[in-house]
Amino acid sequence: MTERGKRGTWGVPLLLLAWLVPAGAQSDLTGVYGARYSEDYAERIPGPALADFLGLPMNDAARQWALSWDPARYTLPEHQCQVHTAAYIYRGPLQLRIWEERDPASQELIAIKQYISTYEQERTIWMDGREHPSPNAPHTWMGFSTGEWNGPTLTVTTTHIKQGWHRRNGFPSGDRLTLREHFFRHGDYLTHVNVVDDPDYLSEPLIKTNNFVLTTNASANWLWPCEYVVEVDGRAQGVVPHYLPGENPFVEEFARRHGLPLEATLGGPETMYPEFMESLRDARPD
Amino acid sequence: MHGRTSLAAVLLIGLCSAAAAAQELEILHVQNNVYAIFGAGGNIIVQVGSEGPVIVDSGSAGRSQDIMEAVATLSDRPIRGIINTHVHADHVGGNEIISTTAGFASGGTTGAGRRDATIYAHENLLLRMSGALGDGEPMPVGLWPGNTYFNDVKELFVNGEAIQILHAPRAHTDGDSIVFFRRSDVIAAGGVYSNTGFPVIDVPRGGTIDGLIAGLNTILDIIIPAPTQERGTMVVPAHGRIADEHDVLEYRDMVVIVRDRVRAMIDDGMTLDEIQDANPTFEYDPRYAAGSAFWTKEDFVEAVYTSLAQAP
Repeated sequence: MTERGKRGTWGVPLLLLAWLVPAGAQSDLTGVYGARYSEDYAERIPGPALADFLGLPMNDAARQWALSWDPARYTLPEHQCQVHTAAYIYRGPLQLRIWEERDPASQELIAIKQYISTYEQERTIWMDGREHPSPNAPHTWMGFSTGEWNGPTLTVTTTHIKQGWHRRNGFPSGDRLTLREHFFRHGDYLTHVNVVDDPDYLSEPLIKTNNFVLTTNASANWLWPCEYVVEVDGRAQGVVPHYLPGENPFVEEFARRHGLPLEATLGGPETMYPEFMESLRDARPD
Repeated sequence: MHGRTSLAAVLLIGLCSAAAAAQELEILHVQNNVYAIFGAGGNIIVQVGSEGPVIVDSGSAGRSQDIMEAVATLSDRPIRGIINTHVHADHVGGNEIISTTAGFASGGTTGAGRRDATIYAHENLLLRMSGALGDGEPMPVGLWPGNTYFNDVKELFVNGEAIQILHAPRAHTDGDSIVFFRRSDVIAAGGVYSNTGFPVIDVPRGGTIDGLIAGLNTILDIIIPAPTQERGTMVVPAHGRIADEHDVLEYRDMVVIVRDRVRAMIDDGMTLDEIQDANPTFEYDPRYAAGSAFWTKEDFVEAVYTSLAQAP
């Protein structure tokens, strides 16, 4: 399902469900959760196809970035242990552990913390009203997060996230993006709404949802001890695998395999909306 | 062609200084004994310890008093030394005032009681400043470094820490230094790395695209990231925010990709105008083209083209 589809079929009804809970009632989000991958399974578990940007609001710059991207770049030692950023990491296979950090004297909530098993990432969502750091401060994979309760929904704003990807097939995310998230629990289920504003590589906000289920199997919080190595012996220093413009041999592969028009698979904000489907009614695969 | 690049570089220096004059200074702790001061021209790095602060670059002229006050909040000791990473005025403008006002009061060769923080730099920086190299006007003598090196590396041991000053040949200029504080695990990248815009390659002052890439690779070679590939060795750029390996890596990748494109276009017989029209920086424009009105993407592409065309 496309990002737009998710927003249309799951995101809004689940938000409405959350709003039915009495106002002012904060949720207890603590626990260990396993992810459910039925949403966007093909992208999230087997992995996205090359040049599959269908329904993604990428801008023209992002498209050229993605089409010049050669997966062989991950053979460079410095790229091998690259982590999914906070704006993407919930898409992957993971177990999620959430706990609270409270002032021992007052029991006031200082932070909500998360351990995300993939890449062994720990997030801190500050709940004590502190400001975001200076623009000159370092960026990290998980960024700097502050949260607030809107009734039972935890709303989180994150900045200072490193450059990464919106999709792990070369679709880049910039280091100036802002991530807004909503976490809300309904019974044993946790829904996560992920809204990304990226001034560098998105034309419109990218909205995704992810679902989790409470589990008693905390031991599934696996470790991820990545150690980079030289994979290509004798490669000259400073080589960066990439395709020159117009020379990516895989641009049409996904479109041909699925009988889709190329203009659809190359994404863009227009591909998110029903009108685009109408415009393709008579189109044939390239 | 050189004239245009040279003009752009002059404008860059001038406007950086003008912008710096209006900015509040910000001090951030990088890690261990190293801090960074933002807003006084180029970023200033401060290593503190019992022997007195060592600072990397001295900011724009006119901000020296603010810089000295900022350094004084980190240490009450006189400034022990100043390391210049390159010759541009927003990095050396405070040399004289800071050295002679807040510098170490020494006897010996500098005269009893005279304040005089030692200024370190690569020899080519001195040659450019003094007008012995290139056709620029000499800079005031008080800005000149008194302790230069002409080989690959200058080594110091100050404040309980080994400091390597590594020459990056023909990179941002021909007198670039990268400074590595080994115990603190912090690199002052100098002009080799800024994350606010496309890299400035001062071709008239000996900068080249391949030298710049080699300098970025040197930084990547030094860096050892902590587990999960972040933090570990930290990098303070000449301009822009504190970085670590992945930030430098993505920047290096960008510069290499643009270089490769321009080289392929030159090999195809395209002129500079045709290359500019082809827009080889296209996907990086949203992030880097807006960073500086006085060093445009066209300036960057022209500098890449010029230095490739000059390459043997």
